Amino acid sequence: MNRFWAFVKKEFLHIFRDPRTILILFGMPIAQIMIFGYVVKNDIKNVKIAIYDKSKDNVTREITDKILSSGYFLLSEKLDSNNELERIFQKGEVKEIIVFEPDFAKRLENTNTANIQLIADASDANTANLIVNYTQAIIYEYVKSINENNSLAVQIVPEARMMYNEEMKSVYMFVPGTMALILLLISAMMTSISIAREKEMGTMEILLVSPLQPLQIIMGKVMPYIILSLVNAISIILLGFFVFDVPIHGSIILLMFETMLFIFLALSIGIFISTVSKSQQTAMFISIFSLMLPTMLLSGFIFPIKNMPLVLQWFCYIVPPKWFIIIIKDIMLKGTGLIYVWKETLILIGMIIFFISLSVKKFKIRLE
Amino acid sequence: MISVQISEIIKSYGKKIALDNISVSINKGELFGFIGPDGAGKTTLFRILTSLLIPNHGFAKVENLDVVKDYKNIRKIVGYMPGRFSLYQDLSVEENLQFFASVFGTTIEENYHLIEDIYVQIEPFKKRLAGNLSGGMKQKLALSCALIHKPEVLFLDEPTTGVDAVSRKEFWEMLKKLKNFGITIIVSTPYMDEAELCDRIALIQNGKILSIQSPQKIISEYKLPLIAIRSDDMYLLVKDLKNLDQTNSVFLFGEYVHFTSKLSKINIETIEAFLSLKGHTNIKFKNIKPDIEDCFMALIENDRMSK
Repeated sequence: MNRFWAFVKKEFLHIFRDPRTILILFGMPIAQIMIFGYVVKNDIKNVKIAIYDKSKDNVTREITDKILSSGYFLLSEKLDSNNELERIFQKGEVKEIIVFEPDFAKRLENTNTANIQLIADASDANTANLIVNYTQAIIYEYVKSINENNSLAVQIVPEARMMYNEEMKSVYMFVPGTMALILLLISAMMTSISIAREKEMGTMEILLVSPLQPLQIIMGKVMPYIILSLVNAISIILLGFFVFDVPIHGSIILLMFETMLFIFLALSIGIFISTVSKSQQTAMFISIFSLMLPTMLLSGFIFPIKNMPLVLQWFCYIVPPKWFIIIIKDIMLKGTGLIYVWKETLILIGMIIFFISLSVKKFKIRLE
Repeated sequence: MISVQISEIIKSYGKKIALDNISVSINKGELFGFIGPDGAGKTTLFRILTSLLIPNHGFAKVENLDVVKDYKNIRKIVGYMPGRFSLYQDLSVEENLQFFASVFGTTIEENYHLIEDIYVQIEPFKKRLAGNLSGGMKQKLALSCALIHKPEVLFLDEPTTGVDAVSRKEFWEMLKKLKNFGITIIVSTPYMDEAELCDRIALIQNGKILSIQSPQKIISEYKLPLIAIRSDDMYLLVKDLKNLDQTNSVFLFGEYVHFTSKLSKINIETIEAFLSLKGHTNIKFKNIKPDIEDCFMALIENDRMSK
């Protein structure tokens, strides 16, 4: 056992002596959660808008009130002519102008249809998209509320959302996603790089010609990253909880158990990558292309899976973080127990067994 | 008593044959050298003996353990220093030594007497990272790490390549001292001058062993008439000498060429006349005794002729 701990101690020395490793280990999680939490937000707040009401009747007033009381928008100006539209966007403060057509209420009553024009400042395409969608959602809500008391269904604006989460709270989404991404990167990428480094530097040759067992070498490599990943997972949850008010409705023990499970999965993937790569660079590229990109794009972290083409949706099933994100979301946001996530948990366990047995098969006790 | 037995080993990488039917027996406590140029197959042989590679044919035993079947036990009793510096550059001298001691289940204190002579030289730098050591000091550290578990057989693959002349000399003195502990030392080197420091050597070229002898014996078996020649234009000298009738071989050795003749006795006057005719100036002759390199060259030549 002494042998093993000497190995673990050596691994920690490697980690703490390399500023880049330290930066990736501790800088990246905090930076990412902050970036995703604050900057790449999918929700909007106090966006300045202008309203050009050509009708000025009770319906347009009601809709205006609804929009302004939503908390997402602030009225910057009321406009009186078309000429002002250009000028107001050029000033750059107003991100959206809402235009009601003349005789809005009358048309709605007579033809059951009225038009609202939403003009967004699309120089920031993403934000523009978001703002328009939010506005549409509010108008849609309003239409629904009047239709409830009305036998004839009225129409104002066609619906076009679904790209955004129902709760309109993106931070909630980002905590599980970021956690999956960071655990995967740290556990898988860092272990694969550190094993590949032994090969690249030729030290693996000496380690092989020593009484160390392959399992001891692998466990010794993995041990420090288990501890560090756990520290990271906890700090992400705490950051989410205290800075972004992300609730933890479910059991913390279950949450930690699933997190540990995912860390093991990530490590087993890392070990597998290291068995197929000879240099640190290969290990890093394989990690980035096979782990980071799919996690960002195909795990449902940023883009909802149900909006993807069918073929990509199938592909999503083999992306490990997809299952972890589902589990974490269920536990943290919905407060569900193991009964609801046992399927996903089993999938994670299955993947661990798959990668571990593959790595054990591929681990070389010799040089060729 | 035999410490390492190599029997009819063949090893190829794809079509390239790295070792071609090699058989050697090395005695316990012997300082044995594999001498040959880069690409001769020395590293491959060392990797087979340290259980890192499996031979295509033949077998090898280290302390009576088969390198393929008993690889686990072999890994407990050998010390191995690969050709490339293979310690942790981001760990200090002391940490490296400590690590390898623990890996082999021992402590620095327990076997300090083995490495004492070597380690005292690098001990002043024990807090320094291994990556910041000079080439000579790196090798001393690597040797200390390979020795710390008191191996029965020590494999040193080109330990002095890239090391300055003084450090090389010191390194070999240490190996001589280690012999006193009864450790079998097997060393490979491309430097012919180091061959003479071994008990026995195997000259190896293109995966074949040309000769296994004590260095003295190899030299004493050298029968060709030999002389060193120089002139102002060494490049032309080699070229011109090759055209001489009595020439057997011409090799450039530093500032002289080593010339061997087909005749039983070298006729200096004929050569000098020939060279003067070719326009060489400052022609000098020097009587020399053959060294290992001369023997090696002659053996390679023989090997080529016999094909």
